[in-house]
Amino acid sequence: MQIDWTNFTPWSAAAGGVAIGLAAGLMILLLGRIAGVSGIVAGLLPPARGDVSWRVAFVLGLFASAALLRLAGAARTPVLDIGYGATILAGLLVGYGARLGGGCTSGHGVCGLSRLSPRALVATAAFMASGVLTVFVLRHMLG
Amino acid sequence: MSKSTIAAFAIGLLFGLGLCISGMILPSKVKGFLDVAGPWDPSLGLVMGGAVGVGLIAFRVARGRSRALLGDEMRLPTNQRIDAPLVIGATIFGIGWGLGGVCPGPAIVDLAFLDPQMIVFVLAMSAGMALEKGARKLIGGAR
Repeated sequence: MQIDWTNFTPWSAAAGGVAIGLAAGLMILLLGRIAGVSGIVAGLLPPARGDVSWRVAFVLGLFASAALLRLAGAARTPVLDIGYGATILAGLLVGYGARLGGGCTSGHGVCGLSRLSPRALVATAAFMASGVLTVFVLRHMLG
Repeated sequence: MSKSTIAAFAIGLLFGLGLCISGMILPSKVKGFLDVAGPWDPSLGLVMGGAVGVGLIAFRVARGRSRALLGDEMRLPTNQRIDAPLVIGATIFGIGWGLGGVCPGPAIVDLAFLDPQMIVFVLAMSAGMALEKGARKLIGGAR
């Protein structure tokens, strides 16, 4: 295995991770909710009476974070390096899979592992493995 | 506006800033982590490590409480089943994640860059979530 030292950003990665962990911790301690983005978004499709405002507020907060960084001129623009057909397929798989599996990188990967949940560990191992395999096939077999 | 709603916005903001700072919002960074056979960028491992490190403490505190600090019910997940939907769903999710390099949290944050392709991704992701809900209804809530 060869480390990509030019792109490796340990400090910002760890600092960002701590911020994510703090946010997930505040969510459970203040609101009693799991900060799982796919679950929070899916709860709005369609919205259920009395269970909307905290979800919308959280999603707006996510959106506002990058908007603020953009205004400050401090954000690198994310670019999808695939075509539109693949983009639609990727979106469908991410949305469908996250709901079928009951969570995504935030719900299982951050909150679930923090709860030491075996279920979340299995899910995280499964999506890490299939993610690695997918990139391997795309970059080293088809690419 | 309730305290919970304001808190949810602030938590979303912090979560999103964490995603931005850590590099999770960049598909190239995510793929660099998943590409273990190429020059490997381990950064996202540190994101997870930082987040779970803080999360472990928060969830340990949360576990003993029946109510969250703002008065809402403490809703810790009760499902502990490791079953086919969990593994299949997480695997499908991982394939989409590897294909696009985007998971639900970063997808919402990335919307702030107003890139048409990212908007298409989020629409497809929402469609995937709705499809899963529809499919579940179709099989009569067997799970």
